[in-house]
Amino acid sequence: MQCRCRLAGLAVSQPEPDQESSRPIVFRTEGIGKVYGQGAAHVQALREVSLTFYDGEFVVLLGPSGSGKSTFLNILGGLDTPTSGRVWFRDLELTSASARTLTRYRRDHVGFVFQFYNLVASLTARENVQLVTDIARSPMQPEEALELVGLARRMDHFPAQLSGGEQQRVAIARAVAKRPDVLLCDEPTGALDSQTGVQVLEALKLINDEIGTSTAIITHNAAIRQMAHRVIFFQDGEVADIAENAARLSPAEISW
Amino acid sequence: MRALDIKLLRDFLRLWAQGLAIALVLAAGVAIIIMSVGMSRALHESQSAYYEENLFADLFVDARRAPVSLLPEVLSIPGVVQAHADIRAFATIDRPGQAKAATGLLISYDVRSPPLLNLPLLRSGAWPERPDEVVVNEPFAAANGYTLGSRFWITLDGKKRAVVIVGTALSPEFIYTQGPGALLPESDTFAIVWLSAPLMEASYDMAGAFNTLAISLLPHADTEMVGDDLESLLAPFGGRAQRDRSEQQSHAFLQSEIEQLEVMATFLPPIFLGITVFLVNMVVGRIVSQERAEIGLLKAVGYSDLDICLHYLLLAGLIAVIGIAIGSLAGSWLALSMARTYAQYFDFPSLVFSVPLQTYAGASLLALAATSLGGLRSAIAAARLEPAVAMAPPAPANFRTSGIDWLVAVLRFSQPARMVLRGITRWPLRAAATLIGVALAVSTLVASAFFPDSLDVIIDVGFYQSNRQDVAILFSPDVSASGLEEVRRLPGVLTAEPQHFHQVVLRRGPVEKKAQLSTIRRGAELTQVVDGAGAPVELDARGLLLAERLADQLQVSTRERLEVRFDGDRQETIAIPVAGVVTQYFGLGAYLDYSEFNRLFGEAPRMTAANVMLADPFNAQDFDEAIKDIPAIVSAVNMTANRVNFLETISRNILVMTTIYVILGGIITVGVCYNAARIQLSERARELASLRILGFSRLDVALVLAGEVMLLALLAQPLGWWLGTQIARAMTESFSSDLYTIPLVLNPATFAQTSLVVLGAAVISVLMVSRRLGELDLIAVLKTRE
Repeated sequence: MQCRCRLAGLAVSQPEPDQESSRPIVFRTEGIGKVYGQGAAHVQALREVSLTFYDGEFVVLLGPSGSGKSTFLNILGGLDTPTSGRVWFRDLELTSASARTLTRYRRDHVGFVFQFYNLVASLTARENVQLVTDIARSPMQPEEALELVGLARRMDHFPAQLSGGEQQRVAIARAVAKRPDVLLCDEPTGALDSQTGVQVLEALKLINDEIGTSTAIITHNAAIRQMAHRVIFFQDGEVADIAENAARLSPAEISW
Repeated sequence: MRALDIKLLRDFLRLWAQGLAIALVLAAGVAIIIMSVGMSRALHESQSAYYEENLFADLFVDARRAPVSLLPEVLSIPGVVQAHADIRAFATIDRPGQAKAATGLLISYDVRSPPLLNLPLLRSGAWPERPDEVVVNEPFAAANGYTLGSRFWITLDGKKRAVVIVGTALSPEFIYTQGPGALLPESDTFAIVWLSAPLMEASYDMAGAFNTLAISLLPHADTEMVGDDLESLLAPFGGRAQRDRSEQQSHAFLQSEIEQLEVMATFLPPIFLGITVFLVNMVVGRIVSQERAEIGLLKAVGYSDLDICLHYLLLAGLIAVIGIAIGSLAGSWLALSMARTYAQYFDFPSLVFSVPLQTYAGASLLALAATSLGGLRSAIAAARLEPAVAMAPPAPANFRTSGIDWLVAVLRFSQPARMVLRGITRWPLRAAATLIGVALAVSTLVASAFFPDSLDVIIDVGFYQSNRQDVAILFSPDVSASGLEEVRRLPGVLTAEPQHFHQVVLRRGPVEKKAQLSTIRRGAELTQVVDGAGAPVELDARGLLLAERLADQLQVSTRERLEVRFDGDRQETIAIPVAGVVTQYFGLGAYLDYSEFNRLFGEAPRMTAANVMLADPFNAQDFDEAIKDIPAIVSAVNMTANRVNFLETISRNILVMTTIYVILGGIITVGVCYNAARIQLSERARELASLRILGFSRLDVALVLAGEVMLLALLAQPLGWWLGTQIARAMTESFSSDLYTIPLVLNPATFAQTSLVVLGAAVISVLMVSRRLGELDLIAVLKTRE
């Protein structure tokens, strides 16, 4: 059954069951490629990547630097467009969407978490979250989102007054406050030590478990793969391998 | 409040010093617009309303004695709507308790048939009905402390008569009143006096006659045709060339003030708005490049291109808001002080000069347009940033080898000096913009500083070289030159020389021009014709000496003949050759040798003025008392006192003006240099911190920071001098009128002073930024990513 929710002209149908796995699909890519630059300076960042992500899934993307993980994630998030191939978010084809549609798509469906947090330095933790709740369609209260990541008592602090882990948790609160359908994280623990990294991973797992937000995490850190449903290995712009974890570890059990 | 708006406000607060520096530049532009446009409109509107309500005439004609029966014929001239005739004469006024005589312009007022044009506005009391009653203009009464019932004496055609003030009035003909020979309006010694018509008729033998005619015309009437008809109608009665509004003293001065304000409104605001555009562009550009990651984030979380574009435009808009607020306050204050000055010089029935709301609205819109234009490029660039690209660190600044490197190698510059030079070559457009900004600051100062220099020359030539008399005694009508002996016998007089003025029309082919022909004795010492450089020019017995502008307008050169028509009593036209041309700043002068004139007309010498040198011009009560009782004298202008007053007034005005312009130039310089240095600091924080870590002293690092801005400021000086000279030239050309012309005088000292002011302001700006070097957190700067 399809329930269509229409918001400001952007209609995306609710999860559609995959024929094979009978799980609803969130993302589907068909042979996408991405080339940066021209002539001698050209870089093939992605080649013929075809993947499917499922609703509520926690996926880890692994691979060395320059393997195409970030490019792939940016394309899923509507931040970048592939040079070839097609991408769908549910039944919305991102590859044929206008810039305006992509903006709405990001506003309504996607939450981002970045390696360097990308907090606005001139806004407090609460206000950074509010940045998103101001424009989202049915957001949580900023306080609620911050509570979810354990920062209820640090809401009125500016980024400069927070530790790296706290800053990253603000970024996560900001990403989930809009109740996104998907959470895309690019090296969320890359700038953090092991202990604070674990706190961040716990916040991500909590959101995946409690809210059911599909989550894709890029990391260099192979230890993190143990908490994923599925692990996708990138190499030279291609998917080198896909592995499923029969048993997932909790963040507390991971260390690096 | 939306989080994005909170960010906007916090960003603005963080940048307050830079924002304020720009807002002050903008405020200067806004203030000048409000003051100049507002005041010119206010003056213009007050003038129009006054003219309309009180039926100010379009044409003015004087005659010696024309019959009133001529009026129906005047009215039948096509284009003439209304005509009003009266009797006017200059007379000496003896004020009780005052040694010095005042001068009055007497005007007949007939209560049975009040004026139909130039309606005087009764401010208190009633119009004169009895022969001893007079109405005086309000400023004269005020300046002398006269009230209704006050008394003074008037010498009416040789007979001294006591009169009583029964009313005070204002007139659209006398918004600006300046007595004969005076340099500034002096309300206490020059009066407009309305007397009963029968008294004027009897005193000047004018029963059934008039000597002044005012005419109003249909909106599109052919002024020249009407003028020609009038001329031929009045010629038999000693008619003079008609004057239109532009030749009416009060109107001409008021108009010239309005035009000066318009010139100011045309030349100055574009400079300030232009600099604002450039500064906003520079600052918003820098912010956008600093906030690439934040822009990327905003886009990633779903803010639209428009949201982001508006966000940065609003930042520019906040600068506009501050600029508009400060500018409106400053402009209103300037307009108010201007209005106070006008209230001293211009006599309007109501002295409320308010700046129209539209002027505030217009200035605000222009200010907003300037900041929006300045912010637009960067705001659009921010909106167009691809989110994925925005969040990646920017590529390092692209330095390449250039021609300058050869120079750098040859001259063996130090590394910091290389950094300075490469900074300029790396961002040539920005360097050029900074250079132009500073050059504009210099030019603003040069364009204003030329004025005192020019005035010095005008004053020296006009008041010390060409007119050296202590007192100019004016007679009306002219008297025999034999009266000069009588003048020489007056107490305290050392020497006296005659001068004769004639109202003439000079004609060459189809071109004609009204002028005042002055005849002076060759070798006269108290008045002489001098050229623009102040050198005396000897009158030539063979013909006329003409002011250069007059000769240009008549398209006549030396040895060509001009037709000279003498108006008034002597209705005659004779041809006189042009013997020479001389550069002059005041009026359209024409000069002829005194004896040559008498020879041409074959008559005994007469004079309109006796120029006198006194033993002690500052202590001349006996002289003043003595001339009060000489009937033929209408005015004795104390040139020495005038010079002192004039210089005082002028130097006060110049001091105010110079202060204002130095402030404006300083604001521009600080706006440009502070922002340039501040942006350098933010762009080079890592480099500068690295230099500190490598062991460079704070001074070394400050020099790298200051070097670029100061080098550009130095390079900007010659360009600023040149630009300022061009602006000054354009300003002198637009100020130039038949009344006066302003020479373009620029002394090397002026250039040096303006450069000192600007470079001083630049040093202060750079020092303000350099102070922040002490706050550089070396470790933090190096740890954060670009």
